[in-house]
Amino acid sequence: MNADIKTREYRTVKEVAGPLMVIEGVEGVAYGEVVRIRTGSGEERTGQVLESREGLSIVQVFEGTAGIDTRDTTVRFTGDTMKLAVSKDMVGRFFDGLGRPIDDGPEIISDVRLDINGASINPAARAFPDEFIQTGISTIDGMNTLVRGQKLPIFSGAGMTHNELAAQIARQAKVLSSTEPFSVVFAAMGITSEEANFFMRDFERTGAMEQIVAFINLADDPAIERIITPRMALTTAEYLAFECDMHVLVILTDMTNYCEALREIAAAREEVPGRRGYPGYMYTDLASSYERAGRIRGRKGSITQMPILSMPDDDITHPIPDLTGYITEGQFVLSRDLHRRGIYPPVDVLPSLSRLMNQGIGPKRTREDHSGVSDQCYAAYAEGRDVRNLVAVVGEEALTERDRRFLKFADAFEKEFVIQGRDENRSIEETLDLGWRLLTILSEGELKRIDAEHIKKYHPNYKK
Amino acid sequence: MPEFKDGTIKSIAGPLVIAKGLAGCRMYEVVRVGEESLMGETIRLDGEEAYIQVYEDTSGLKPGAPVMRTGEPLSVELGPGIMKNFYDGIQRPLLDIKKQAGDYITRGIVAPGLDPQRKWDFTPVAAVGAQLEEGDVLGTVPETQVITHKIMVPPGMRGKLLEIKPGAFTVDETVAVLEHDGKRINMTMKQKWPVRINRPNKRKLDPSVPLLTGQRIYDTFFPMAKGGTAALPGGFGTGKTVSQHQVARWADAQVVVYVGCGERGNEMTEVLETFPEIDDPKTGYKLMERSTLIANTSNMPVAAREASIYTGVTIAEYYRDMGYDVAIMADSTSRWAEALREISGRLEEMPGEEGYPAYLATRIASFYERAGRVVTLGSDERFGSVSIIGAVSPPGGDLSEPVAQNTLRVVSAFWALDSTLADRRHFPAINWLRSYSLYLDFTRAWYDENATAAFRQFRTRTMIILQEESELSEIVQLIGPDALPERERLTLEIARMVREDYLQQHAFHKEDTFCPLEKQLKMLATIMTFEELALRALEKGAGIEAISKLPVRDEISRMKYITNASFKEEHAALETRMQEQFKALGDA
Repeated sequence: MNADIKTREYRTVKEVAGPLMVIEGVEGVAYGEVVRIRTGSGEERTGQVLESREGLSIVQVFEGTAGIDTRDTTVRFTGDTMKLAVSKDMVGRFFDGLGRPIDDGPEIISDVRLDINGASINPAARAFPDEFIQTGISTIDGMNTLVRGQKLPIFSGAGMTHNELAAQIARQAKVLSSTEPFSVVFAAMGITSEEANFFMRDFERTGAMEQIVAFINLADDPAIERIITPRMALTTAEYLAFECDMHVLVILTDMTNYCEALREIAAAREEVPGRRGYPGYMYTDLASSYERAGRIRGRKGSITQMPILSMPDDDITHPIPDLTGYITEGQFVLSRDLHRRGIYPPVDVLPSLSRLMNQGIGPKRTREDHSGVSDQCYAAYAEGRDVRNLVAVVGEEALTERDRRFLKFADAFEKEFVIQGRDENRSIEETLDLGWRLLTILSEGELKRIDAEHIKKYHPNYKK
Repeated sequence: MPEFKDGTIKSIAGPLVIAKGLAGCRMYEVVRVGEESLMGETIRLDGEEAYIQVYEDTSGLKPGAPVMRTGEPLSVELGPGIMKNFYDGIQRPLLDIKKQAGDYITRGIVAPGLDPQRKWDFTPVAAVGAQLEEGDVLGTVPETQVITHKIMVPPGMRGKLLEIKPGAFTVDETVAVLEHDGKRINMTMKQKWPVRINRPNKRKLDPSVPLLTGQRIYDTFFPMAKGGTAALPGGFGTGKTVSQHQVARWADAQVVVYVGCGERGNEMTEVLETFPEIDDPKTGYKLMERSTLIANTSNMPVAAREASIYTGVTIAEYYRDMGYDVAIMADSTSRWAEALREISGRLEEMPGEEGYPAYLATRIASFYERAGRVVTLGSDERFGSVSIIGAVSPPGGDLSEPVAQNTLRVVSAFWALDSTLADRRHFPAINWLRSYSLYLDFTRAWYDENATAAFRQFRTRTMIILQEESELSEIVQLIGPDALPERERLTLEIARMVREDYLQQHAFHKEDTFCPLEKQLKMLATIMTFEELALRALEKGAGIEAISKLPVRDEISRMKYITNASFKEEHAALETRMQEQFKALGDA
C-alpha cells in the first residue's frame, strides 16, 4: 500500500455542520479511518470517516467542531482505523473519553494496539455463562441472579439511587472471587462531575481503586466523544479478560447519553430517522457494544457488563431501554414508588429479570431450593401487590383470609427482603433463609412452586 | 462462463457500498468487494452503478478498490452435511470460521456450506435405464443417526439414468449420470439453490395435521399445523426465546431448522451447547441429529442477518422435498425487518411506516408463504411440510407496530405473549384471550380421531371458564371476591386451576417440560370432573371454602409433575381419591 497516501494532509475542508465536516479532493480514504485535525489556531482534534466517496470524505469530529474553519484547518488521514494501546498497566488508571490519561500518570506504551470496534465473538467459540456471582444484594442474588459473562443493565430514572447500587455491586461482587484476578472497567458518558466523584470516592473508600480502569467523559465534555468511550472501555475489558485472564466487570453509565450522541450524528447526516428520531441502526449499534460481554471457551477471564441507563420519564417503552432490553440478558428495574418510600435498593423485582439465572443457580452453584424459593416469593409478591391495589378500592375488611396473608407477605417482602443497607452484604444462604422466613406468612399449601422435598428440608416449620 | 467486467468502489457508508463500472450486473447477484474479497449482494442498479449490501464489516474499504462479479445469485449448498451443523447467516459453518480465524469472526473468510472433503456413503435407489423426473430420488445417504438424506434430481432436470454407483463420495463427485436430449448430465450429491426463490413443489395441501409440541397451551388451545405458520410476538422478557426453544425441542417435526437472527450471542451459545445434549424422546438419539442451526447474532453484520432467514427457509424446503416434516424457528423476524430498514435507510429510499421500507409487508408475506404441507416433486408423490414459527419483538411490546401487524395479516396461529403474565411468572406467558389459531378447524377431524371428541368439548368449556373469569375479575375489582355468589366463586376457583395447574408449564422441570397429548387430555379431564363434582356439591349445600380446601386440590396442582411413565396409574388413583373426597364432603 502506498505510504504517501496513508499520511496525506489536506486543507480542503468544504463544509462544517454540527459534529460533521466534509473534506474535498481526497484520495484513497478508507471507511472508518481515523483523521487528525489541526485547527487554524493550532488545536489538535480527532475524527473518524463516516462516509468515503471518490474525492470526498465525511468525517465526524469527536471533540466538536468549534474553532474549525474552511481555510486554515488541516486534516491528516492516518490510514488506520481507531485503535487503543492496551496493557495491564491501565489498571488503576484514569483516562478521558478518548483514552488519553487524565491522572498525571505516564502515557500507556504498549505493542498491543487493538481496534476499538472489536470483532464479533464467534457464537461457537463462546462458553455459556453459568457461574454464580454473589453481589450480596437479596433482590439480585435471590430473585434475579447475575452470572459471569452476563450483560445485565440497570434501568433507572433521574434522581434514583442507581449509582449507589452499581457501586455496591462493584464493591461486593468481587469478594466472592477474591482468589481470582478481578478488575472493574468504568466508562462514564456525559455524567456530572458530582456523579463521577461519587464513584471515585466510593472506589477509594473501599480500596477498589487499584482494580479500576476508568474512562471518563463528563457532561461538559464533547458529546460526540461519547460514541467512542464505551468502545475504549470494552476494548480494554476484552484485553484484560481474554489476554490477561481477569474477571472484568464493566460499568457503562449513562447509556442514555450515548444514544443521544448517536442521534445527534444521525440528525447531522440527515438520515431517515427511526422511532423518536433515533437512527434505525441503533439496535445494531447498541448490540455491537453490549455483545462484547461473555466468556470464551478455553480462556479463563470473563466480561460481565452492567450498563446503567436513565429511562426518560421512567418510560420503559422508550427506544433506549426498549432496544437495550432486547439485547441484554434481563434488566434490573428501579422503581420510583419504592424509592419514594425510602426503600434502598429500590429494585422492583416484578419487571426485573435475569435470563441466565436458571443456569447459574441450583445444587452445587447456590442451593437446590433456590429456584423454588425465588419463584414462590415472586409469585406471592405479585399477588400481594394485586391485593394491595384491591384494598385501595374495597378496603381491607372485604379481603379473604388468604388475600390478607398475601398482603402481609408483600409488605414484609419490601420491608425485610428488598431493603438492605448500603454496606450490607448478605450471603446467598442468608438471602434464601430470609425468603423462607417470609414464606411462613403463607399457608404451606400455597407453596406450589417449591418442590415438596425442599419444603420438608428447608421450611422453618420443619426445622428443629 | 462469460467473462465478467469488474468494477471499482465509488463510495462506502456502513454496510452499503456503491460500485461503478458493473455493466450487466444483475439484481441480487453476489459480488466480491475490495482486496479482501468481502461478500456482498447487489440490491439496486443505476446504469453501470451497483448498490451493494456487504455481508461483512466494511471498515478500511477505499474508493477505487476492485469489485468482482460472480454471476450467481446468493445461494446455499444443499446436500448431506447440513444436519448437526451450525452456520452463520450466509451458510458459512461457524466451526470452520473458528478454525480459520480463531475466537472472533474476522473478514474475508471463505468457508463452503458443505464440507468438500468429507465422504458420504451413497446407496443407489434408482435403477439404470429408468426415466427420472425432477425430484426423483437417486439414492440415499445416512446423514446422521436419524436422518436418511435423499439425493434427488434437482428441480428443472430430468432424463434417463445411464449410470449410478454405490460407494463413498464427496459432495462434488459424480454419483450418477443422466441423459437428456442426447446430453450427459453428471449428478453430484450437492445442489445449489438461490435463497430468495422458493423451491418448487407439485401442490399445496390443507394443513390438517397438527404439529404437536408437548406444550399444553398450544396443543390444547391454539394448535399449530404441519405446514402452518405461527407468530409469537411479545416484548422483551416475555419468554419468546424459551418458548421457541421449547417448540424446537419437542415439536413432532422430523427436522428442525433454528434461525437465531439478530439475537443474543450467549443465547445462541446456549442453543449450540444444549441442542447436542438434549435427548430426543422420539429417536432415542440427540436432538442435534436432526437439527441445523443458523446463528447471526445482533453484532454480526446486518446484511447477513437479512439473508439468514432465507438461508434457513431454503434449507427447510430442501428437507421438505425429501418428504420430511420440517419446523423452522425464526428468532426474531423483527431483527430481520430492522436489517431491511437499515439497508433501506442507507439507500435513501422513501420510508413507510416507522421508517420501514414500503415493501416490508410484501417481504413478510412472501417469507411466510414458503411454509406449507405439500406433495413434493418426484414421481413417488412424497408428502413433506415446512412449518414456520416466527418470533416478533415489537418495540415496547406494542403490537400496533408495522412488523407485528404485517405478520398477523399472514400467519394463521397467533400466540400472544403477555408481559403481565410474564411479570407473574406465568409461563409460557401466552395470553389465552388474545391468542387464536385458525388451525383449530383444519385439525378438528384429526383431534376427534386421535384425542376423542370429548377433548374438543373440554377445550370449549375451559375457554368459557377463562372468559367468564376475565369478566368476573372486573367485578371483583369493584366489590371484592366475598360478595360474589358461591357459583361464581367456583368459576373463579376452576379458572385458577386451569391457569395455574394446566396452562402454566415449567420449561425447566424434567417432567413438565414435555406433556404428551394423552396426559394433556387426562389432566384437563380431571379439572373438568372436579368442576362437575364441585357444582354438584355446591347444590347439595357444601361451601366453596370447604371445596377449595379438599386435599385433592393440591394433588391436582402437582399432577403435571408426575412422570409420564407412571402417569396413567397415578392419575387413576387421583381420580378415585377425588371421587371419595367429594363423597365425604356430601356426607358431612
